[in-house]
Amino acid sequence: MTRASTQPPEPLSSRLRRAASPAVEDEPEPQSPAAEIKTPPPPQPGSDADILARAQAGDHHAFAQLYATHKRRIYSLCLRMVGNVAEAEDLTQEAFLQLHRKIATFRGDSAFSTWLHRLAINVVLMHLRKKGLSVISLDEAMEPTPEEGPGRSFGAPDLSLTGSIDRLALERAIADLPAGYRLIFVLHDIEGYEHNEIAAMLDCSIGNSKSQLHKARLKLRDAMRTTPRREGRR
Amino acid sequence: MTQDPHNMTCAEFQDRMPELIGSGEDAGSHPHVLSCALCRALLSDLETIAEAARQLFPVVDPPDRLWDQIESAIKQETEPSRK
Repeated sequence: MTRASTQPPEPLSSRLRRAASPAVEDEPEPQSPAAEIKTPPPPQPGSDADILARAQAGDHHAFAQLYATHKRRIYSLCLRMVGNVAEAEDLTQEAFLQLHRKIATFRGDSAFSTWLHRLAINVVLMHLRKKGLSVISLDEAMEPTPEEGPGRSFGAPDLSLTGSIDRLALERAIADLPAGYRLIFVLHDIEGYEHNEIAAMLDCSIGNSKSQLHKARLKLRDAMRTTPRREGRR
Repeated sequence: MTQDPHNMTCAEFQDRMPELIGSGEDAGSHPHVLSCALCRALLSDLETIAEAARQLFPVVDPPDRLWDQIESAIKQETEPSRK
């Protein structure tokens, strides 16, 4: 193999960082042809990296393009996390305002979309804390109550959920979860974060995150069990 | 206390479930699950719920007016303050 003699592919994050860097002061301008060989080509006009760089430089039109690119994901994230349309709109707005304030500080250590996603999550977490939800009553996870403890599930009849999940009922059940449970459930099961990442975000232990997630799932299972079938209201 | 996976009660197994599932292990192959229909069903339900939830939330657009609001808020922030 000739790998040693060829340049390894540059990670995307690194390429993005380089592409976005002209707006940041610590990137020296290549001055010589030799330097140009080492430096990746500048971002193509209209590329994501170009838009990002321009937005970082204060280009409002570029920022609007960033909004157009990322609005769905951020809004959907907020909506899942808070389960309320009006709040999700407010939080999306706040997330993009924060983005506007902080975009110049993005240095490309991670993909921009990841960075923005985390920023939005932080906005939601701050919002929840302000609402007094204390992001979770995280400690509660360490002391399972008789009602919520995992032990409650044994002996429960087979729910036989497989293949017969009522989507609306599940949606309702998730919306009805206590905020802390919903948060961890959404972050892990829907957004795909790992427990160590969630623990870092929420400032709790990994075990706590696992425990909370488990409880959330048990609660959902209970809810699905007690929810009348569709159109089951009397 | 170390528990023998082959001699766990349901309660003991379920106490360990968050860790088991969270660690990425194949909880379905745990000796207790293999021998206990109730815990197998519980595990299956939880997996079904997680799987269903992943498909539950479509990615949706915010209302168009949201950008107008954001733009307006940005202008307020960037323009010289006036009271």
